[in-house]
Amino acid sequence: MTEKLAQHIQTTQIWDIPGGIHPPENKVQSLRNPIIEAPLPAQVILPLAMHIGAPAEPLVQVGDKVKTGQVVAVPKGLVSASIHSSVSGTVTAIEDHSLAHPSGMSGPCILIESDGKDDWVDLSPVTNYREVEPAELIEIIRNAGLAGMGGAGFPTAVKLQPMHSINTLILNGSECEPYITADHALMRERAEDIIQGALLLAYIVGEPEQILIGLEDNKPDAIEALHQAIESLGDSRLKLRVFPTKYPSGGEKQIIQILTGKEVKSGGLPADLGILVQNIGSAVAAWDAVTLGKPLISRVTTLTGEALGAQNNYLVRIGTPVADLLELAQIDKDKSDRIVVGGPMMGFTLLDDQVPVTKITNCLLVPSQKELSPPPPAQACIRCGLCAEACPASLLPQQLFWYAQVEDQDKLRDYSLFDCIECGACAYVCPSSIPLVQYYRAAKGDIREAEREKIKSDHARLRFEARKERLEQEAKEREAKRKARMEAAKAKQASSEGAGTDDMVAAAMARAKKTNENPEEAKQKLERQKSTFEERIQSTEEKIANAETDEIEAKFSAQLKNTQKKLEGIQEKLNSLTAQTNVPETNSEPAKDAATEAIERAKQKSEALVNMSEGEKLKSTLESLRSRRDKAAEKLAQAEAAEADTVDALRTGLDKLEQKILATEKQIADLGEY
Amino acid sequence: MFKQVSSPHAHSPAKTAWVMQQVCLALLPGLAVLTWFYGWGNLINTLLAILFALGFEATIVALRKRPIVFYLSDFSAVVTAMLLALTIPPYAPWWVTLIGVFFAIPVAKHLYGGMGFNPFNPAMVGYVVLLISFPVQMVEWPAPKTMTELPGFAEALGFIFLGTHPVDGVTAATALDLVKQNNSLILDQLWEQAPQFSTASFVAAGAEWVNIAFLLGGVYLLTRRLYTWHAPVAMLATIFVLSSLFYDGGSSASKGSPLFHLFTGGTMLGAFFIITDPVSGCTSNRGRLIFGAGVGLLVFVIRAWGNYPDAIAFGVLLMNFAAPVIDYYTLPRVYGHDKRTNVRIHKE
Repeated sequence: MTEKLAQHIQTTQIWDIPGGIHPPENKVQSLRNPIIEAPLPAQVILPLAMHIGAPAEPLVQVGDKVKTGQVVAVPKGLVSASIHSSVSGTVTAIEDHSLAHPSGMSGPCILIESDGKDDWVDLSPVTNYREVEPAELIEIIRNAGLAGMGGAGFPTAVKLQPMHSINTLILNGSECEPYITADHALMRERAEDIIQGALLLAYIVGEPEQILIGLEDNKPDAIEALHQAIESLGDSRLKLRVFPTKYPSGGEKQIIQILTGKEVKSGGLPADLGILVQNIGSAVAAWDAVTLGKPLISRVTTLTGEALGAQNNYLVRIGTPVADLLELAQIDKDKSDRIVVGGPMMGFTLLDDQVPVTKITNCLLVPSQKELSPPPPAQACIRCGLCAEACPASLLPQQLFWYAQVEDQDKLRDYSLFDCIECGACAYVCPSSIPLVQYYRAAKGDIREAEREKIKSDHARLRFEARKERLEQEAKEREAKRKARMEAAKAKQASSEGAGTDDMVAAAMARAKKTNENPEEAKQKLERQKSTFEERIQSTEEKIANAETDEIEAKFSAQLKNTQKKLEGIQEKLNSLTAQTNVPETNSEPAKDAATEAIERAKQKSEALVNMSEGEKLKSTLESLRSRRDKAAEKLAQAEAAEADTVDALRTGLDKLEQKILATEKQIADLGEY
Repeated sequence: MFKQVSSPHAHSPAKTAWVMQQVCLALLPGLAVLTWFYGWGNLINTLLAILFALGFEATIVALRKRPIVFYLSDFSAVVTAMLLALTIPPYAPWWVTLIGVFFAIPVAKHLYGGMGFNPFNPAMVGYVVLLISFPVQMVEWPAPKTMTELPGFAEALGFIFLGTHPVDGVTAATALDLVKQNNSLILDQLWEQAPQFSTASFVAAGAEWVNIAFLLGGVYLLTRRLYTWHAPVAMLATIFVLSSLFYDGGSSASKGSPLFHLFTGGTMLGAFFIITDPVSGCTSNRGRLIFGAGVGLLVFVIRAWGNYPDAIAFGVLLMNFAAPVIDYYTLPRVYGHDKRTNVRIHKE
């Protein structure tokens, strides 16, 4: 390091973060060689959700030929990212495949078999990005599938469209996790591209006043390389900031505090402070995407740990199975204890080595049993407070532990559980080996679950209250109508009161006459009766269908016949009435036909039923129920449209029908199981 | 299928047993100096107390159906036993130690839920029970080596196990007693007349070197970052300030010089080994400052105007009561929050 550089580093102002730890770094193992390009995988597995946000939507189909860099899935929704084929070959499947996830879960993936040719699509590089609108560049970055490469995988394009204007762009070159050196290797080999990428990002977000490139003092070669790159570009906004090595300086909130002395508000975003933080890997990826037109199809991944013979940084195609890479790094299977994705502080273990490397896989750590031995059994908390000393967020881990054990969610919130970044510093220093982070993760999950439940139950309560209110309102309206009718009737009665009893008799006679004179009304009455009987026939049919014994069936059949007779009688009356009132024949004919047909149908059905199997009977019942339900729904709709008083009754009827349908369906299903 | 382990995968090598062993180690200089000035008594008591403590611990752990070796190997019982033994007069009979350990381990520690759950410092509970119940045995401190011939090893065993009583001349009033009872002499005269002072190197014969030994042990623990400086410094500073205020130029009404208060009695043992007990103390650094200052205040008030010559145990136990409240009001400000954590009281 030159003297000038050393002096520069000493004079720039930086801030300290509270807490922090100094675990053994173990970085030299993977830094002995430059980045090695891993051979093309025979097959890649591309998860549709490698980023935070909605999974991408596949564009290709099984059997399609794809080229390297070809889009195979497009972003769905705003917070999402494109996915590109990382090899040339054939799509062999679009199916669920196990993922690199702590739970060992599976998710939708596109599987592509490589043809070994690595045949690229035509790329369309931008020669001078300053001639292109920032919005267009964001679109290029979005289409290149960039997602935060530091670990979270937040779509870069979304991050480049902050709600506030940006005055400080921070390039996060801090790689505070032990073992991981992917960013370190990138900084010493592609320093100029990183700085160029930083200027590109600065252009996109509206030229902030300063561009801070921050990293720890344990990477002298990277510092030197970045320093030279900055000098050669000569942009006065570019400032290199070197700070003492401490875990977890690389956290977004932490590096902001170290470089600016500011804190991101709890629950807020860096953009609220006018700050945008990008990982150096993302800066390089953005540079490649714009100036080379290259989508994100590979990344640098550190393969390290004592169980690997060739510990190194590899340039890996996204989607390469972990097993292939471990083979490449000469894994000693007897020595390996577990496979950790990420570093020893925050990484998670894999259940299965067939999972693919994704855009956020910065390290695969395969330690030997001796190297990172599992912690001894937890002892009681002795309240030593080492955890609180180590916490970078100034939380009280032991209090949180206490309340997490008793599941006191109010207290956990009071003690700011959700400001915990799960860095693991507390669990690292705990002399009683208490798995603190595990408790916090579980507690956070429980609280989120409880919140979801609460939202649900609140919603249900609101709905219930609204319904109650509506029903009350309707009842009131009905009451008002009823009263109005009564008033009207009273008024009418009062007006005819003076006429005396003779008049009353006369009035009755007149009413009777009027009825006689009004065959239309009589006809309506008969029609109502008819429909009642028709319904009765149907219900009896059902009963016959459901009848468990022959005896009951016989009883219902008799009833059916009876009802049918009555219906015939009504129909006759109706016919005669129709003839009497001289209503054109055309109107009565179909009615007659309909009635007769209904009777015929019923007869046929009852005969058919006798010969039907149980399942068939149930099915026919179901059908009739369904048609009745449809009719009832129609009636209800009409009644609702007319705001009739019968709405409630009809609705109840409809509900009952629905229940019957469900019950019958279940019966059928049960029958099917036998 | 590979091994599933939750992060972090790396762990600091400092474990609870190691922490406790470091504390034991840091107590050894003090024990050595005590033995040098007062004879074999403290050493025998210490071994005896450790034996009793492990016995009680094992019994209780067995009764609670927990793995015995796992619990004994955390060394916490050994630390408690050593701390208690260092406060018991060297030639107190064996049963005094036994009763003290009984109240420290089964009562003060395990009846409250065991390791990590005791609100009071177990060693201090044991000590206070002894002081109140057996005042005669508990105030019989022998005269230091500078004043008298020390009893031999066999004689010491006799005092402890056979109950033969130390003859007068072997025991003597402590420096704190002398200053407390003095109401006629100015301090300079007292210093010339009483051999406790006239034979001393700089404050009170024996006590000053014992305190220096504990101070060194404490500094060692500080350098190993086993606890923070806040509580000890707050306690010593408070004692220093108060004793300066009431020094009164060394008149007959003087409560003693600041140097005297810092290097007599149990000051350094209390500051670096008792109030730094994490279980019964405060958890935040600000809380520890208040806790330490509180102990310092109580120690001086009781030394100057109370009934007892020394008051580390009372000071610590009283502040143990206050620790949860202090913790409540001294929560740190969390990253990204404007105010210090505000913990509401949630009603059922």
